[in-house]
Amino acid sequence: MSEEANIEEAGKEFLKGLWKENPVFVAVLGMCPALAVTNSAINALAMGVATMFVLICSSILVSLLRNAIPKQVRITAYIVIIATFVSVIDFFLAAFTPEIHKELGAFIALIVVNCLILGRQESFASKNRPFLAFLDAAGMSSGFTIALLSIGIIREILGSGSLFGFSLFGASFEPWVVMILPPGGFFTLGFLLLFFNWYIQRRNKRNALIAKSEV
Amino acid sequence: MNELIWIFISALLVNNFTLSLFLGLCPFLGVTQKLETAFRLGLANIFVMVITALASYALNTWVLIYAPYLRLISFIIVIASSVQFVEMAIKKLSPELFKALGIFLPLITTNCAILGLALFSTNKGYGFVEGLVYALGAGGGVTLALVLLASVREETRLSNIPKLIEGTALNLIIAGIISMAFMGFAGLFGSH
Amino acid sequence: MNEDLSHMEVEQQEPGSFRLIFTLGFAGFLSGLILVSAYLFTLPYINQNKADALQKAVFEVLPGTRSFQTLVLVEGKLVQMNSDPGDQPVIYQGFDSLNKSTGFAVPGAIAGFQDIISGIYGFDPVQQQIIGFRVLDSKETPGLGDKIYKDASFAENFIALQASSDLEPVKPGQKTLDHQVETITGATISSKAVVNLLNNSLNQWRGPIEGYMNNLSSTNK
Repeated sequence: MSEEANIEEAGKEFLKGLWKENPVFVAVLGMCPALAVTNSAINALAMGVATMFVLICSSILVSLLRNAIPKQVRITAYIVIIATFVSVIDFFLAAFTPEIHKELGAFIALIVVNCLILGRQESFASKNRPFLAFLDAAGMSSGFTIALLSIGIIREILGSGSLFGFSLFGASFEPWVVMILPPGGFFTLGFLLLFFNWYIQRRNKRNALIAKSEV
Repeated sequence: MNELIWIFISALLVNNFTLSLFLGLCPFLGVTQKLETAFRLGLANIFVMVITALASYALNTWVLIYAPYLRLISFIIVIASSVQFVEMAIKKLSPELFKALGIFLPLITTNCAILGLALFSTNKGYGFVEGLVYALGAGGGVTLALVLLASVREETRLSNIPKLIEGTALNLIIAGIISMAFMGFAGLFGSH
Repeated sequence: MNEDLSHMEVEQQEPGSFRLIFTLGFAGFLSGLILVSAYLFTLPYINQNKADALQKAVFEVLPGTRSFQTLVLVEGKLVQMNSDPGDQPVIYQGFDSLNKSTGFAVPGAIAGFQDIISGIYGFDPVQQQIIGFRVLDSKETPGLGDKIYKDASFAENFIALQASSDLEPVKPGQKTLDHQVETITGATISSKAVVNLLNNSLNQWRGPIEGYMNNLSSTNK
C-alpha cells in the first residue's frame, strides 16, 4: 500500500461521515438528541461535542481491544465502555459548564443509547486499526455535530430570532415560538430530510442522464 | 393523591415521552406501519418501563447512595438483564403473553425511552409509588403516540403521496402535527 | 492486513466461559478506574457550583445578606443543620454584615403550565412580608410562561408583598391592596401557579419560622 493511497483512504473514512453517510440526514440515527436539545445553537453544539468525545474515545478503545474481546460478550463490553465515557463527560460538563449541563440535563446521559455510537463500534471500530477507527469516529461525529448545529441554528433563528444568544432582528421581530418547542423539532428535521431527498433524487437523475449520454 | 394524578397526566399527555421529549423515536418511526404492531409494541413498552421503575428504585435506594458515579452503567446493565430475565420467565409461565410481547422486548431494552424513564424519575426524586405511576404514565404516553402515528400512517398508505416526501420526512411532519396537538394539554393541572 | 487475519482466527475459536468472565471483569475494572478518577477529580467543582448557585439565590431574594445558615425541620421545629441535609426540607436564614437576621429564604415547587416550577423566595417574619422571589427551574412556554422569570414588572410584585394572610392574584393593573399579586397577560396559569406556590409554602413554614424566632428572642433575654 503506497503512502498516497493510504492518505486517500484515510481521508475517505473521515469524509464519508460528513456528507455521504451523514448519521442524521442520511442514516437517520440518533434522532433523540438531534431533536431534543436543538432548541438553540449552543445546546446543539454542546451535544455534538459531547457525542464526539464519547464516540472518539470509545472507538479508539474498542479498536485497541478488538482482538481481546470475545464475540459473545462484545455488545456488553461496548456498552460498558460507552457508558464509562458518557459518565466522564457528564461529570466534566457538570463541573466546568454548569449552565449547559443544566440545559441538557438527562440528555447527556442518554448519549449512551444513541444508536450511532454502538453502531460504529459494531460495524467499524471492532474491525479496523485504531487510526482508521479514530478517523471514522471523528468524521461521523463531525457529521452528527454539523447536522445538530444546522437544526439548532434554524430553530433558534426562527424561534427566538437570535443566533448563539445574539439577537438578530431587533425588537420588532415576533419570534415563531413553536420552532423552539417540540413540534418545531419534528418539522425542522422533517423538512431538512425532504430537502436531502430532493437533492439525492436530483443527483441520481443527473447521473442517469450523464450515463445515458455517454452510452 | 392529587400529586400522583398530576404525575400520571404529566407523563401521559403534557410531557409525553415521544412527542415532547423525543424519547423512543427509533421504534416510533420504525415500527408504526401497522396499528396492530404499534399497539403491541406500546404494551411491551409499558411492561418494560414498569420493570425499569422497580429496578431503578432498588438501585437508587440500595446501591447508588454509596456509589453515585455508577448510575449510568448500573442502570443500563441492570435494566437489560432484568428485562431478559423477565422475558425468560414469561416464556415459561405464559407463552401467549410471550407471543404478544416477546419479539419486542429485546428491541426496546436499549431504547432511550427506557433509560430516560430511569434517569428522569431519579432526577425528579420520585419514590417507589411515584416512580411506578410515572412509569405507567410514560408507557401509556408512548403507546398513545405509537398508536396515533400508526393510525395516520395506515391512512396515508391509501392516499396519493408525492414520492419525494414518503418515508421518514413525512412521518416526522405528521409527528410534528400530533405533537402540536398535544401542546394543547399543557396547563391541564396548572391552576388548581 | 496481518491484524485482520488474527482477528478472524479469534472469532473462529470458541472461547471458554472463563475468558468471557475475565474479559467482562477486566472491562468493568478498567471502566471503574476511569469513572472513579473522573468522579473524584470533578466532585469538588460540582459541589462548588451547587454551593455558588444556592448562595446566589439566597443573596438575591434576601437583599443585604452577607452570610446564611441552613435550617432543617425536625418534629415541627427548625434546628440548625451543619452536615448535608439529604432529602429533608430545608430553609435558609440570612444575616447582614452586622450579623442581624435579614429574613428567611424558602425553596418550593409546584406544578405549572408545562412542568414543575421550582423557586425560592425571601420572607421577612418581622414585617410579615415577601421581600424577593426567584425562579430556580421551570420549563414554561418561551415567550409566554417564561415571563414569570423574565418579566421585570412581575418581579416587582415580590419586593414588599404583604404576606400575613394568603396572597391573592389579580389582573394586571388592578392591584389595590398590599397582599395582591398582578398576574401576567398571556401567562395567567404560570403566574397563578407562582402565587399558589407561595401560599402553600407560607402555610407550611410560617408556624415553624415564628416558633424559631420566638425561641431565639426568649433565649436572648
